[in-house]
Amino acid sequence: MVPNVVLVTGVSRFVGAHLAGRLAENSAVGRVLGVDSEHPRRELSRRMGRAEFVRADIRNPLIARIISEAAVDTVVHASSNTDEMPVARAAMKEMNVLGTMRLLAACQESPHVRKLVVKSTSAVYGASSRDPAVFDEEMAPKDLPSSGYAKDAVEVEGYVRGFGRRRPDVDVTLLRFTDLIGPRIDSVLTRYFSLPLVPTVFGHDARLQLLHPEDALAVLRRAALEDLPGVFNVGADGVLMLGQAIRRAGRIPVPIPGTMVSPLAGFFRGANLASLSAEQMRFLNFGRVVDTAKLRDRFGFAPRWTTRQAFDDFVHGRELRPVIDPDVVESAEREINRTITRLR
Amino acid sequence: MADARVIPLHPEDDGGGRAGAGSQGRSAGDGRSAMSGAPGSARERPAARDDSARDAAAGDSGARDDDDGDHGAGGGEDAEEGTDGGPDWHETLADLTAFARRRLLGQYRVDEFGFDRELTERFFLPLLRTVYDNWFRVEAVGLHNVPHDSGALVVANHSGTLPWDALMTTVALHDYHPTGRQLRMLGADVVFGTPLVGALARKTGQTLACNPDAERLLRGGEIVGVWPEGFKGIGKPFRDRYKLQRFGRGGFVSAAMRSGVPIVPCSIVGAEEIYPKIGDIRPLARLLGLPYFPVTPFFPHLGPLGTVPLPSKWYIEFGEPIDTAEHGPEAAEDPMVVFNISDQVRETIQETIYRLLAQRRTVFFG
Repeated sequence: MVPNVVLVTGVSRFVGAHLAGRLAENSAVGRVLGVDSEHPRRELSRRMGRAEFVRADIRNPLIARIISEAAVDTVVHASSNTDEMPVARAAMKEMNVLGTMRLLAACQESPHVRKLVVKSTSAVYGASSRDPAVFDEEMAPKDLPSSGYAKDAVEVEGYVRGFGRRRPDVDVTLLRFTDLIGPRIDSVLTRYFSLPLVPTVFGHDARLQLLHPEDALAVLRRAALEDLPGVFNVGADGVLMLGQAIRRAGRIPVPIPGTMVSPLAGFFRGANLASLSAEQMRFLNFGRVVDTAKLRDRFGFAPRWTTRQAFDDFVHGRELRPVIDPDVVESAEREINRTITRLR
Repeated sequence: MADARVIPLHPEDDGGGRAGAGSQGRSAGDGRSAMSGAPGSARERPAARDDSARDAAAGDSGARDDDDGDHGAGGGEDAEEGTDGGPDWHETLADLTAFARRRLLGQYRVDEFGFDRELTERFFLPLLRTVYDNWFRVEAVGLHNVPHDSGALVVANHSGTLPWDALMTTVALHDYHPTGRQLRMLGADVVFGTPLVGALARKTGQTLACNPDAERLLRGGEIVGVWPEGFKGIGKPFRDRYKLQRFGRGGFVSAAMRSGVPIVPCSIVGAEEIYPKIGDIRPLARLLGLPYFPVTPFFPHLGPLGTVPLPSKWYIEFGEPIDTAEHGPEAAEDPMVVFNISDQVRETIQETIYRLLAQRRTVFFG
C-alpha cells in the first residue's frame, strides 16, 4: 500500500536526501517530509524535489509533534549508523542510539504510523576469523561488536525489535546494508581507497562485499512504498578481495604489521587523512559477506550492480588518478608480446 | 616431466628456461585438450581442462570477466593457435605476462569464500604437485567414489603434525579425479586468525569449519574436505600413529545430511611418518598460541632443516560413498543416527588404514 505521508530522517546526507527526492517523484505519495538537524547542502537539497525539509533534531521532543501533527504513516529512518562522514565518536553515538530511541518513542505514540523502515548495516555481524564466511539474517556473530558504529547498530536494532513488539500493528522493515561505494558518495571507505598508498594489515586480505548507492536507494524506496516487513541483508553480488580492490583502483597496498595498526590509524585520524576505527580495521582484516537470497526471494529485489561494477563505477566516477596506470601496464604487456612475435 | 609442472608466478625472473610450464599453466584460460600441450606426459591430467570448460559454461558473468581479463592481451590469440607444436616458450611467456598483468591490475575473480581459482591452479597446485609426485610419490585409488559433478563430503584421517595430508588430498582430487574436483577444506579457526596462513587458506578455497559454511559449499555442489579428528589427530604423538582419534561431535554428519550429500571416507597412509612427533613443548606452544609445539628427531634442533618432511611413500584411498540422504534431512537432528553414521565412517577409515598398512612393506618405498 502506497503511503500518504512519509518522513525521512537524515536528509542532510546522501542517502536520506536522494531517498526523499525519489519518494517525492512518486505522485501517489501525498507528502514527503525530510528531517535533519542541519540543512542539506545545495546539491542535495536540489535532489529532494518537492519533499519538504523540516529542520529538527530527532533527539528533540519536537519530532513527536511533527509525526503526529502531519499524520505521518511511514517513517524511514535513514540517518542511523551512518559512517558516511566521520564525526566525533560521542556525538555519533548520541545521534545513532539516542536519536533512534526518541524517534521510536515518537512513532509508538502516534496512532497514524503504520510502517517503519530502518537502514541498518551488515556491520552488526561483526568481523572475525571465527565467524562463518557468509552471514544470513538468522546468524549472530561470535563476538558482538564492542565499539564504533557497529555497536551502535546492534543497539539500534535492539530498540527496533522492542518497538516491533510494542506496536505489532506496524510493519517493520530492517535493512542491513553492506558498505556503499559509488562515485558520488563520501564515506570512510571511499576516502580510504582514495589514498595513494593504501594501508592494509599485513598477512590479511579481507573479502569485500559492496553495494552501489543506486541499488541502496532502490531498496529503500521499495521498502517505503510497499509492505515488506522483515529483516533483509542488502548487498551486491560477488566479492572483491581488499588487495584486488586496491589494485583495481590503481593504488599501492602498504601492508602494516598488525601491532602497528592502531598507532598508525591514530596518526591518520590526527592528520585528517583518513579515519579508521578499530572496528573498521578488523573489517579490513577479515571482511564480511552476507547472503542476499532473502532479498531476492522475499523482498523481490536483485541488485543491478555487482560489487566489482560498483567499485569500478566509483573508481571511474571519482576520476581517481591511478598510481599504477593500467594503460602503462597493458602497453608494457603489448610491447612484450610484440617482442616475442618478432623473435619467433 | 617434472619441470613441466612448475609454473612460476613472476614472469620477470623467468628467462625462458622453464619453457614447458605453459602446457599445464594455461589450463585456467582455455579449454584445449590435455595431451596436445604435453605430449610426453606420463599421466593423463584431464582435471584442469574440465574445470575451465565448466567455468566457461557456468554463466555469462564468468565470460564477462574473462573479457575483462583479456582485453589488454595481444598475445591471447597467438596462444590459442600454436597448440599442436608442443611446448612453445613464446606463448608461455605471453601467457605469463597476461597472468602477471591480471594480478597486477586486480583482473581476477574470487568466490564468496575468497577462493581464487586462478592463483590456486597456476601457482599453488603446481608447487604441491611436485611434492605429490616426487617427494611423497602418492598413489591415490578409489577416485571414482567421489561424485563427478555433485557435492560430497570427504572425511579423512588427520596426521603428520603439519597438514600435508590435506594438501596432498587436494592434489589427488584435482589432478587424478576424472572431472578434476577442487577440494574445499574446512579448517580450524586458529588457521583463519593467523596472518598469512589465514589469507592463504581463504585464497586456496578453505573456509572455517562450521556448519553454515559447510552446508553452503555442499549445496553449491562442491567437494568439501573435513578432518574430524582435528588437532587431536594431526598433533598426536608418533607412538599413536594410525590410531584414529575421537571424531568430534559429528557436526560433519549433520552437515552432509542437511545438504543431502554422500560422505566419502578417505584413508591416508604415509602421512604419519613425515614428522615423527616424539615430544611436545607445551609452554612454548602456549606462548606462541599454537595447539602444540612438536619435537621430532630433527626439529627444532636442526632448525629449518628439521621442517623438511621425511619422504615416506603415501597411499590415499577413497572408499565407497556412504549415503546420508536415505535418512532424510530431519534425521540431522537425531543424535543416534548422527553418531551411528559418524562411527560407521570412522570404522571404515580405520579398517582401510589397517589394510593399507598390512600391504605396505616399508615406510619409504611402499
